[in-house]
Amino acid sequence: MPVETWLIFVISFMILGSIVALELKDILSSIIAIGIVGLGVSVSFLFLQAPDLAIVQFLFEIFALIILVRAFIKKDYHQEEPSRVNKILVGVTIITLIAVFLLSVNIFKSLPAFGKPLMETSEYYLANGAKDTGSANLVTSIILDYRAYDTLGEVTVLFTAILGALTILRIKSRSKDSVEEQL
Amino acid sequence: MKQSSGMTLIVKTVTRVSVWLIILYGIYIILHGHLTPGGGFAGGVIIALAFLNMMLAYGRDFIKKWVNISFLHDIESSSAALFLAIGILGIAFSGSFLANFLSGYGTLFRLYSAGTIPILNIIIGAKVSMGLFVVVWALSIFHIDKGGK
Repeated sequence: MPVETWLIFVISFMILGSIVALELKDILSSIIAIGIVGLGVSVSFLFLQAPDLAIVQFLFEIFALIILVRAFIKKDYHQEEPSRVNKILVGVTIITLIAVFLLSVNIFKSLPAFGKPLMETSEYYLANGAKDTGSANLVTSIILDYRAYDTLGEVTVLFTAILGALTILRIKSRSKDSVEEQL
Repeated sequence: MKQSSGMTLIVKTVTRVSVWLIILYGIYIILHGHLTPGGGFAGGVIIALAFLNMMLAYGRDFIKKWVNISFLHDIESSSAALFLAIGILGIAFSGSFLANFLSGYGTLFRLYSAGTIPILNIIIGAKVSMGLFVVVWALSIFHIDKGGK
């Protein structure tokens, strides 16, 4: 079977999982149903021959699942009342989305065929990447040599995010002054 | 450490063996980032998950005795500075920021190759593993505080 058939199968499985996650009443079951979506993204990366991305996506799926279960499994979790649905607003939104989709059909037709990007830089990387950098894994040679500025930005974002999270959590816990000495 | 903290004896015994294998696998993924799929980011998340496994199995108090959390935060912060230092060494040796000034050494498809790429992979691995674990640890502290336990 071609890879598109497998992708359509995986994506429809993901859509099914997210619908199940929305409709379930139990919060733990919905978290596990959301896990289907992340796993499906990981499997579709494997079908598209991107094992680097598939590994990272799979690991972060496990990480997010642990954090979500830890956060929501407490007894004091307060479930909000479902808000009333404005039917006119939903209808207007759906009609607008369909109109935008129909208007952009020409743009979709002008895109290159699936799996055939016409990029000159990627052809350069495939031809000269191993010779230029000495790295056998081309993905690593791109993210740490050709595009190392991008990785530097990523490191800075991670550093700032961790710093901000620690600062906010310390301010919250200082009011009780029992947890403060732990950090 | 109280005997009741953490999970059951079976989980603790399995964790005691498997955590080291998981950490070893993470180090393998980081060191071979320039040869096989993976790299600093994926290997760092594997190591952070090993620490998280330890925390879930043995409880929060044990992990505080086992490692020094502020030392982990120091490793995470100094990794960011080391990344910048490698970039500045690129200016010194090769003329442009973050240049791969060691790329001439080693042979292709061997562990000793690719110049600064393995060094940057190790730095990113240290940063991601320690950073993610410290954030999860801080979130768990915050949770007890909020619950008023």
